[in-house]
Amino acid sequence: MSFQPIKFYQTGTFTVGNRLLAPEERSVQASAKRFNSINSGHRACQGCGEALGARYAIDAAMEATQGRLIAANATGCLEVFSTPYPETSWQIPWIHSLFGNTAAVASGIAAAQKVKMKKGERRNIRVVAQGGDGGTTDIGFGCLSGMFERNDDVLYICYDNGGYMNTGVQRSSATPPAARTSTTPAAGAEPGNVFGQGKYLPAIALAHEIPYVATATVADLRDLEAKVRRAMEIRGARYIHILVPCPLGWGTAASDTVRMARLAKETGVFPVFEAEYGEIKSVLAIRHRLPVEDYLKPQKRYAHLFGKTPRIDVIARLQALADRNIRKYGLLGKEAN
Amino acid sequence: MFQVRIHGRGGQGVVTAAEMLSIAAFEEGRHAQAFPSFGSERTGAPVVAFCRLADKEIRLREPIMEPDALIIQDPTLLYQVDVFAGLKPDGYILINTSKTFAELGLSDFVASHLPERLCTVSATELALRHVGRPVPNVPLLGGFAAVSGIIRLESVIKAIRVKFSGKVADGNIAAATEAYKIVRNMMESAHA
Amino acid sequence: MLKQIEGSRAVAEAVALCRPEVICAYPISPQTHIVEALGEMVKDGALQDCEYLNVESEFAAMSVAIGASAAGARSYTATASQGLLFMAEAVFNAAGLGLPIVMTVANRAIGAPINIWNDHSDSLSMRDCGWLQLFAENNQEALDLHILAFRLAEELSLPIMVCMDGFILTHAYERVDMPTQAQVDAYLPPYEPRQVLDPAEPVSIGAMVGPEAFMEVRYLAHAKQMEALKLIPQYAAEFRKVFGRDSGGLLHTYRTEDADTVIVAMGSVLGTIKDTVDELRAAGQRIGVLGITCFRPFPIAAVAAALKQCKRFVVLEKSLAVGLGGILAVNVRMAVTGMGLKGYTVIAGLGGRAITQKSLHALFLKAATDELDLVTFLDLDWRVVNRQIEREKAHRRTGPVAEALLRDVGVVGVRNY
Repeated sequence: MSFQPIKFYQTGTFTVGNRLLAPEERSVQASAKRFNSINSGHRACQGCGEALGARYAIDAAMEATQGRLIAANATGCLEVFSTPYPETSWQIPWIHSLFGNTAAVASGIAAAQKVKMKKGERRNIRVVAQGGDGGTTDIGFGCLSGMFERNDDVLYICYDNGGYMNTGVQRSSATPPAARTSTTPAAGAEPGNVFGQGKYLPAIALAHEIPYVATATVADLRDLEAKVRRAMEIRGARYIHILVPCPLGWGTAASDTVRMARLAKETGVFPVFEAEYGEIKSVLAIRHRLPVEDYLKPQKRYAHLFGKTPRIDVIARLQALADRNIRKYGLLGKEAN
Repeated sequence: MFQVRIHGRGGQGVVTAAEMLSIAAFEEGRHAQAFPSFGSERTGAPVVAFCRLADKEIRLREPIMEPDALIIQDPTLLYQVDVFAGLKPDGYILINTSKTFAELGLSDFVASHLPERLCTVSATELALRHVGRPVPNVPLLGGFAAVSGIIRLESVIKAIRVKFSGKVADGNIAAATEAYKIVRNMMESAHA
Repeated sequence: MLKQIEGSRAVAEAVALCRPEVICAYPISPQTHIVEALGEMVKDGALQDCEYLNVESEFAAMSVAIGASAAGARSYTATASQGLLFMAEAVFNAAGLGLPIVMTVANRAIGAPINIWNDHSDSLSMRDCGWLQLFAENNQEALDLHILAFRLAEELSLPIMVCMDGFILTHAYERVDMPTQAQVDAYLPPYEPRQVLDPAEPVSIGAMVGPEAFMEVRYLAHAKQMEALKLIPQYAAEFRKVFGRDSGGLLHTYRTEDADTVIVAMGSVLGTIKDTVDELRAAGQRIGVLGITCFRPFPIAAVAAALKQCKRFVVLEKSLAVGLGGILAVNVRMAVTGMGLKGYTVIAGLGGRAITQKSLHALFLKAATDELDLVTFLDLDWRVVNRQIEREKAHRRTGPVAEALLRDVGVVGVRNY
């Protein structure tokens, strides 16, 4: 891991006041000189994980490129809440084209940039593409895979909240099993999203053997910043998949967004790792292993599992999936082994 | 306007032959339009290509249905495709074969055509000898220059230089030149 | 410099002379030779300062072009048929964003049934997407129109499709006059975008617009296309000055001065029509031709002026508005509203059906005596059509229509001469 985790023993958490850190170790957001790439005043819901994740990610990318960054954005919550004309939260050059073509649009920008550089008409400018899980794992998947295999100089960031929240919480291929959405309702014998479907895009990104793939959550924002910084040090196709809880879609309290992200990581539901050229280089270890129930219970999208007769069988299957993640990615770290 | 239709099979350079014929005409300062019968490209399948030659701009875009000349690159097509369809009564026919028209079973057909405009030449053999590959298209153009007089051999050689280079060009030029001579001799002995 | 080359090669060389900065390629017949040739030029260094991307679909091709153009690069791609439909969403988007991309459409039919041959269904299906559409009559015009298109697109900040008949032009070897780099440089200034993704002056491109202003945005797109009606003749005149020949323009008339009957068409079929008209003129018929070069914007006033003198017009088009008749015909009729002309629609050449001089000759004679139906399908095989209609009356499960028709036609494999 390219950042130094600092344990603040008085509170028992890994968070620490920036004032206590050396300046170079402070987070980008802690600086008054941060870029504010997404300015305040946008229309995201209270507690929006995507807004938080994007703010940290894009400011970190801006810091890494000294402000020479262009962003391409898929249709979705981030696009809608950050703009309608004539207002825009974006303090950086930003383009929205379509729902399913963001990676290709970014490839085009990168190609233009390469030519302009060669001609000496422009200085070095980097490109970031961003979209939600629907725009990334479903409708934008073809263009994303194309960008990956060509190894275009683009950092693609997926903000994964497990569904099409912008259109009213429908299922995507990133919606977890058993979760209730508008198109996988909590009805019938097997309520919620079915088991055995869906795809885990970070693994697919790994299979492309691109220079850099990482996952992150909005619970470990310094880790997220470090990963963006690392990604911007590398040329070629890069992918960061960020878990961003959605209070609206998940049925959680707005104040619980960061807690939910932490629980996803601590239960093993969402593995946090970093990989280069198809090989996992490090994982963010679980500190206090928790049962998946602790993650599921606060979310209304899983409420049907905790009714009069709790669905112990379904919870067990979800636990088994988390256990598999823990095994597969070695999430308990060296100490636990 | 003079219209040529070339029949052959995928891989024999049918389309290239029409293109080279057009380049040869262009080298003589004339207008020419070459185009293939469009379709999926499959080796061995019957292929047709067309070439129009004229002294003014060619605007017509229909396929050539009443050709002034036919070049048949593969004699097996005679029994598979109606290669003679629409040929003008005074039209030219050049077939890639070592057989005569009579041996091909075409005696009745040729009886109604001008004998000095019908010709066969073993172009595949010439191509194998000079180029090392059984691609009869270029030697047939040499033969066509001889039988029709529509195009000069030097123009065909120029076209070969446009399309090919090095050894392949040299081999094709040798093959085309020999085909030209063979056909010339055949015609002279027929008239003698 | 005069050259005897394939149409695709001619277009590729002309595009290269326009100094494109980003080219995206995805294979589909019959445009493939164009992007192949450009790929070779980039790879061997003949075309410098150009990024060539092999993308995974036409949708990606147009999307890459959108990104590149928004980042200030002169961007080019080519497609046809299903490819144009596959990129449709991005095609509309490029126009809506006002990005001056130039794209060759090697016109080809749209399936099903799958058909790789020429007609105009593909680009005409995109007639309302906001792109300008210019149609080439021959390969000289095809290459000239690309040079003109880059200049026009960049002046207007609108994308342009240069449409050329697939195979009939793209695969035809004919004489073209290839301009020099100096000529093209004199005609086509470097691209100066109106909007560009630039960290020095950040803008947000492509955000949402609500009902308060959407109509106005759309109206301005329309007004801009109408502005092109003035610019195109002006640019054609300047083209003549630099290159010494007439190319482009809104439309071309041929022997219409005293014509009672005028044939209206687009693309390469105009050549065959002109040859037929010469024959009929020689036989004493008063007949002429109106070739539409600029289909979008549609030059309503110029078409009306060109048809002012005639008694009747025949729109011969390689497209079909299923359930209505012609597409081009509807546009022409709009132009002659209130002029009291007789108008006929002829659907011809769909899916590569050869349009022959013989058929045209008979057709035009019938038109001259007003014996044509309002909508005619040229050289339609009624025997085959009627047999299928009978079959469908007699049985329920008649299977795939196309297969049944081909059994009746009796053709094994595809024959095209």
